[in-house]
Amino acid sequence: MKFITIDKKDWANGIEKSRESYRLFGPVKDKNGFLIKSLETGTLPDMDYYDCVMSAKSVLFPQTQKMLSTTLDESQRNHHIMKEVKTDTSPRAVVGIRPYDAKAVELVKLNFDTDDYRDPYWCDAYEATTFVGLGINKPGPFDFSTSTGSGPFCEDGLDVLLGDLDDKYLAKVLTDKGDTFLNTCGFDTLADEKESSALFDILRKEAEKSIVSHIDTGKLKEKTILDLHEAPFWDDIAFSCINCGTCTFVCPTCWCFDIQDETKRKASTRIRNWDTCMSPLFTIHATGHNPRETKTQRVRQRFMHKLKYFLDKYDKGIMCVGCGRCVKSCPVNIDIREVCNTMNSYEKQN
Amino acid sequence: MENPYLPYPVRIDDIEIATEDKSLKTFKFVFLNEDDEKNFSYQAGQFAELSIPGVGEIPIGIASSPVEKGFVKFTVFRTGVVTTYLHNMKVGDIMGIRGPLGNWYPWDKLENKNVVIIGGGFAFTTLRSSIIYMLDPANRSKFKNIDVVYGARSPGMLLYREELFEWEKRDDINMHITVDGTDDPDWKYHTGFVPTIVEQNAPKADEDTYAIICGPPIMIKFTQPSLTQLGYKEHQIIMSLENRMKCGIGMCGRCNIGKELVCKDGPVFTLEQINQTPKEY
Repeated sequence: MKFITIDKKDWANGIEKSRESYRLFGPVKDKNGFLIKSLETGTLPDMDYYDCVMSAKSVLFPQTQKMLSTTLDESQRNHHIMKEVKTDTSPRAVVGIRPYDAKAVELVKLNFDTDDYRDPYWCDAYEATTFVGLGINKPGPFDFSTSTGSGPFCEDGLDVLLGDLDDKYLAKVLTDKGDTFLNTCGFDTLADEKESSALFDILRKEAEKSIVSHIDTGKLKEKTILDLHEAPFWDDIAFSCINCGTCTFVCPTCWCFDIQDETKRKASTRIRNWDTCMSPLFTIHATGHNPRETKTQRVRQRFMHKLKYFLDKYDKGIMCVGCGRCVKSCPVNIDIREVCNTMNSYEKQN
Repeated sequence: MENPYLPYPVRIDDIEIATEDKSLKTFKFVFLNEDDEKNFSYQAGQFAELSIPGVGEIPIGIASSPVEKGFVKFTVFRTGVVTTYLHNMKVGDIMGIRGPLGNWYPWDKLENKNVVIIGGGFAFTTLRSSIIYMLDPANRSKFKNIDVVYGARSPGMLLYREELFEWEKRDDINMHITVDGTDDPDWKYHTGFVPTIVEQNAPKADEDTYAIICGPPIMIKFTQPSLTQLGYKEHQIIMSLENRMKCGIGMCGRCNIGKELVCKDGPVFTLEQINQTPKEY
């Protein structure tokens, strides 16, 4: 394994240099807190951020995205024949992404890149992106990532993992993509492998120790979908929900989307937008029939999808990375940690 | 790999009013590019997204049969934004078709079996596709007895009437056509609801008999006990579900019943499978 030392005095120059080959994204502060945004020239990723309101999901999956377009003008050639809208697939890097958010990208990939179909918009963006993660030395009170298969120094989905050592960053090069990025930055001071490895171990152990919030998922697998679906606790869990959709909006692993056509004069575009299972419109049929008509059904869908359906379908753990955003952002204090533990400990009464 | 959201361009070749109340029309489409027809190679039971630029897409079962070449057919009930727009389109208009999507009736498993087809109302489109497929001279010998129970509110609401009456005359398919009621004194077929006609006319189940049901939820609900009484087990009852869809390729997240996606893992499920999932359809 290759390790690189980056003196923080060289950081700004190196990052600026990478712009020759990469479009950069990273955490920046605006009036709503920290968000992952496109970094204009001269703007550096804020590496001292505590937590980010939104994950990096929009880098691969914009909140609204043009997919296809055509003209409805019948005097034009090829009218009403839809063509793919070309998207920018030039190399990009997300610098300062949290390890749990990179893990989330790996989980979302299972949905967009399958044996049967490949979503070209998501997959092309994914292939163009280098993920430069920043380990979390001091996890926040909502972080329960260690019990979801992620963690403050988890390497899943990352190309480079950075450890913050006050006056310098120690970079662990995880993939060729990551190596290329660091080269482009001019970061090439090799660090001792053994020593660096030990340092990362210390950082990781310290960080993991300070995580106080945990969930139990071990027994979810053995329960049947129907038993959990018909369990008596869903009305209580959903009682305070106002179906605002904040949880799905901030969730790094929520990918559901809507497809709509928009027409301006004769130019027609098919676009996709983030959608939410919290909305009754998500599932309503044209006849008016709605299989998830009630709030309880929708809240149950969200948690069952994350904690049971996904687990059963892919056998890659739950569809939650423990970032704690939904817990922090929910206006009525619905807490996925409590729901998960309730589901995990549920025994059907015969 | 192709962009799975990109529809094949098609031209509306023919529009036929399918029922007396004009709420259903059958659209015949021809592919603008010959290669697309080859790529759109489908099995009876699959569906496709009918794609109207500027309006949107709707998932509709394919009514034409794999053995019919040169065109594809869909029978569409006018109910929402896209279907209403489609009903007002005319022959020659250009639009798109995306597919084929979803799984199909288990034709491999149905070989050398008796097949009972049960349909109600306008849920007869993929069943028509199936019947045409099975009756094709190249395929008929693969199946044993074929029974069809098909009902609608009135004679004028039956889909594909001419074909139904043609099949009625054949000796290699047993047709049990029924209507809820009619004041036509010359009506030669059954009168009564589908579950009753199934009970009275469908063959008793043995290991080699499978039933395929498509219809409104109320018909399915009351037909199940009739089939159980005739000895059909859960794995011998095959159904096609529908749910709201957008992508049709298992990605947008809305059509799930439990962990199964109706668009990709379905729309065809056995009753045995459905009984293991939440009934969110």
